Parts: sequence; structure tokens; C-alpha cells
Amino acid sequence: MAAALETRLSDPETDDLGKIAGTMIPEDTALGMPGGDDPAILADIARSVGRDLALVREALRAIAAKSGGAFAGMDRDAREALINDWYAGGGVAAGVLGRVILGAYYRDDRVLLALGHEARPPFPKGYVLEQGDWSLLDVVRSRQPFWRDDRVPPTGER
Amino acid sequence: MAGNEKVDVLIVGSGASGAAVAWSLAETKMRILCLEQGDWMKPTDFPSNGRDWEARRYTDFEISPNRRGRDTDYPVNDDNSLMKIANFNGVGGGTLIYTAHWPRMHPSDFRVNSLDGVADDWPVDYWALERFYQENDRMMGVSGLAGDPGVPPRHPPMPPIGLGKTGSRYAQAMNRLGWHWWPSDTTIATTDYEGRAGCINLGHCTPGCAQGAKASTDITYWPLALRAGVELRTRCRVREITTDQHGMAAGAVYYDADGVEQFQPAEVVILACNGVGTPRLLLNSASAKFPEGLANSSGLVGRNLMLHPWPIVSGYVEEALDGGRGPINCLWSKQFYETDPSRDFVRGYTLQFGRGTGPATQAVIGAAAGLLPWGRDHHRRYRQMLDHRLSIGVACEDLPEEHNRVTLDPVLKDGNGIPAPKIDYTISENTRRMMEHGIARAEEILTEAGATDLYASRTALNYPGHLLGTARMGTDPERSVVNEWGRSHDVKNLFIVDGSIWVTSGGVNPTSTIQALALYIADQMKQRLATLFD
Repeated sequence: MAAALETRLSDPETDDLGKIAGTMIPEDTALGMPGGDDPAILADIARSVGRDLALVREALRAIAAKSGGAFAGMDRDAREALINDWYAGGGVAAGVLGRVILGAYYRDDRVLLALGHEARPPFPKGYVLEQGDWSLLDVVRSRQPFWRDDRVPPTGER
Repeated sequence: MAGNEKVDVLIVGSGASGAAVAWSLAETKMRILCLEQGDWMKPTDFPSNGRDWEARRYTDFEISPNRRGRDTDYPVNDDNSLMKIANFNGVGGGTLIYTAHWPRMHPSDFRVNSLDGVADDWPVDYWALERFYQENDRMMGVSGLAGDPGVPPRHPPMPPIGLGKTGSRYAQAMNRLGWHWWPSDTTIATTDYEGRAGCINLGHCTPGCAQGAKASTDITYWPLALRAGVELRTRCRVREITTDQHGMAAGAVYYDADGVEQFQPAEVVILACNGVGTPRLLLNSASAKFPEGLANSSGLVGRNLMLHPWPIVSGYVEEALDGGRGPINCLWSKQFYETDPSRDFVRGYTLQFGRGTGPATQAVIGAAAGLLPWGRDHHRRYRQMLDHRLSIGVACEDLPEEHNRVTLDPVLKDGNGIPAPKIDYTISENTRRMMEHGIARAEEILTEAGATDLYASRTALNYPGHLLGTARMGTDPERSVVNEWGRSHDVKNLFIVDGSIWVTSGGVNPTSTIQALALYIADQMKQRLATLFD
């Protein structure tokens, strides 16, 4: 029997991920935004790793290496600078880590409500899309057809 | 190997073209069978039912089969291509995950050699296809507005999707620039239409429509085809088309849902697997009589792959716009579509104007572009982006080049051990100049619209899944794979009806034309039933 595909981080890896997520997206109480290390959000991030486990682990290792294993002990400015510098040149692993964190963060109820969005899936309620100003089209309607009619020889004669 | 009762017509693939040809041929009362390697999708399968709707675009509804990795998918080696392959395997095929944007090819697209001295003319023209475009618009249910001066006359049966705040913003900018724009035709219902309700704006339509407002062939053509007697078998993956002692197609060898090898005999075989799946199947059907692959005496099976390079230019305005609360496409512009001798490239492109995205997607896009920082400034910058995004896609015509091709990977195989396709593809200099011209125009438009933080994605997002040209049609058997009505030059009971038979690509989304062409070929077959194999 084949071993089940591993899709979960270990507890120590999840702790490291929390410190990184909290640096990438810090709590902002004035805006009502939780941090990426909020327990519920971090749990969702960890659950979301799934098929990206190898690349997320690669990202965690890269950040640990870049910080000399001292990421958690660095001050906030240094952590943010390190993350921004690493992300800009971190390739696929950086992109995946960012996507996993952002994907979970921006579906949290508190986050969506603080942004003025509804905390629900699109279906079944949907959304309202206004018609807009159709009079804007009047000037375009007045143009002569300009698609190239292949039935008309270059002389303009049929 | 298990045997099956012989059918009159065997169709491989149930997507855009397979569904259309099945429905059209059903009136002949022939026994028609379609084999589809994927499943039927249910409305509850689609991501917009759940809170993880954005994340699923990167997993089970990812457009790349390599990333999606369903057991109904086959892998594609696209390492040697800047543009990646997108598709979907299921009843409805790619129409399940397309954006439902519905432009037609222009008349000039069929005459590129005569008009512009490049590539080859098609053996059919726009006017031969016009009534099939109309029939297909009625079957799929098209929303749009007649009177566009940028395209030949057409009459969409439903009114267009609203401009919204985003469309109005683009329109004002385009009017100030004096450039053409028009509300896009789309196969998203805006009113009740043949059992579909008007769109309730679930957001980005690509990962399937839970409501069913977006036309996919599982809810348009297939219910009618099945009612008319066509049989559709899912989870049937075709390995090869076999031939008899006369060099005629005998049927298909396939693996059923249990992985059991089956043989399905047929009088006529129609391939509808699109521009990667069809050449893969033909090449996998090599035999002693056809050592280079079936229908490949020209050597062109797999060659001339066209993928539609598609830069996307984005920016952000102060006004809060529609965000992801509506279908992504809202306008098109044909201002730069036709060849202009003053430019440094031939042919042209459509500009497609997009709405915004959902919250998570916006964050991912912003971070990937380097515009959304990590740390204490993250929230401030994000608020300037969410629902403030404008984006313009540049749909570039991709001219055929024989070195752009599909072959069989010597190592990679699918779950049934069938060799997988390998893609070799580069973007030509003409196309690169066209892309840069389009990017510059899009930047002008966005600037005129008041956008800042402009960002041009030249390659990262440009895999639209338009798989064209790898079994081209033509009158010369040495320069084409199928004739002017879709029949193989080499195997006279083998037809191809999908995007692989395209001679050139135009600068538009292809589904409308793929289906019009499939209906045209079905009509030709019906007219020639007595002499079909002559």
C-alpha cells in the first residue's frame, strides 16, 4: 500500500510559518485587520498548504537560512526588510508561500468585513453590477465600419 | 480487449467542437457515440459555492492540467515553452473554464496571405461560416449589442452585460483618445434564455459557473444531442485510432473508467480534442501503414502550434470600481486589429478590458507584481488596490511557424501509460513587436483613465488555452492535414473539427470560430453522406 501523500507541516514548521506570516501581514488594530499569525488564520494557512508542501518548506528553509536561523529574534524592521528582499528574488517558492498565506488571509470573515466586503461565497446571492452610462457609446456608434472587408478589392470596387 | 457494437460515428472529445458536431449530426439518425475522458460536472462542483473559491483556482480548477492534476487529466511537458498549456477535461471541455468572451474572427483573418502576404489563406472564408456563427450564437446563447463598426454585422440574441463602473471608466478614456470600443459579446446570459437565468454576477467566470448563466456545452449542446439519441460515455480515454487493411479508420482503442482496455469500432471517426490532444492522438496512432502517425503524410501533424500570446497591462485608480463583482470581460477594442502598414509588424490584436478580481486574487496579483509590500505598509497599499484595478489584455495574432509544435514526450505518460504531449514553442519577432505595440497602447489608455502603478505582465499570465493549428486544413495534401471540409487527406473516414485545423489564429478568443467551423464541417458531411469517402 502506497504511503499517503504528505500535505501538512510539522508543529515547529507551523510555528515558523506563523512568525513569517505575522511579519508579512501584521495586525493593524486601527484598521481592524488581524495579523497573518492570528491563530484562526494561521490554522487556515497551514490547512491550505496541501500540494504545495514541498515549496512551502523550501521557502521556510530559505528564510531561516537568510536570517541565520534567527528570524524570530530579529526586530520588526529587520524582519520586514528580510522578507521583502527575499520575496523579490525568491522565485517559485516565494510566490507559492505568498499565495498560500494571502489565499487564507483574504477569506477570513474579520478581514473581509474590515475591507467592506461581505463574508460569503459568491453563490447563490451574487452581486449587483450597474449598467453604467450607455450614452458613452454614442460617439462610437457614429463611426463608419472600419473592419477590413475581404470582398472589396483594393481599388474599392466589388 | 473488450469489444463494443459498431457505431456510425465516433467522436473523441465532448468540448466546444465535439458537442457542436454531435448535435448537428444527430438529425441524420446515425448511431453516434462520443468518448470523453473527463466527468460530467455538477453546479455544486464549481468553486463559487464555497469560501475557498479563489484558492481553488490554483488547485482543482487551475487551468493548467499539470498543476490541476485531476485523474482525468493528462500531463503536458511544456517546459520548452514560455507559454503554458491550459485545458480542461470533462463534458464541455474548455468551455467549462473559459471566460465566455465571444468575438468572431474577422473576414481578413481568413485571407492573411492574399491581404498581407504572410502565412496561408484558409480554404474557407468568413462568409461561408457566417450562418454557422449565427446558428452557434443561438445555440450557445450570446449577449451583446449590434451595430459595432469594428466587426461585421451580427445580432446577439440577448442584451450586453452592463458597463458597470469599470466599463464606464474605460469608455470615457477611449472616447477622449478617439479610439474604438464596444461592449464585448459573451456567452453569459443576461436574460432568461433556454433554461438559463440571467447572470447574477458571481465574479470571475473562468473556474466554472455555479449558476449556469455561462454557456458551456454540457448545458447547451449536450442536453439536446443526448435527447436526439447521441450516446456520451465519460471516463473513456482514447489511446489510438486504429486502421483497417484499406487504410481506413476502424475505430478507437480506449481505457474505460476501470482502466480496462476497450475497442470501439466505427464507420466514421471525428477528432475533437483540440490543438494539443488531437495531434497527440494522431501521433500515438502510428502503425506500420502510418509510421509517422495517422493522417501525417504531410509531416504537419503537431506543427504550426499557435497559442495567442496575451500580455496583460494593469493599473489602479482612486475611484472604487466593480472589483470582482461581475464577469471579468466588459469591453473590447478593434482599433488596432487590422494590418496597418505604418507599424513594424503585420496583422493585429484585440484589446480586452477587464474588471477587477476577488480579494485574495488581488493580493496575489499585487504581490507578484511587486506592488504590494509585506509588513506594516501592506494594509494601506492593499486598500488602494482592492476594487481599484483596471486591466487590459492584448490578444495578439500568432502566425504559424512549423518549429512550434506538439510531439510525443519520450518519457512522460498519463495515468494509463499513454505517451504525453511535449510542447516546443517560441514567440516570433513579429508577435513580439505586436505585443509591445499593444502594451504601449494599453498603457496610454490606462494613463488616460487616471491609473497609476502600471504593470505589464508579458508572460506570467499569458496562457489563455487557445490551442490552434496543429492539423491544419487546406486543399494541398502536402501542405495540410485535412481538406477544406475537415476530412483527413490520408484517411477518408477520419475528420477533425477542433482548433487544430486552424490555418492562422486571428487575434480573438477562438471558441466561437471553433464551433462555427465544427457546424460547417458537420453540414458538409450531411450534404455528402452518399459520397463521404470518395
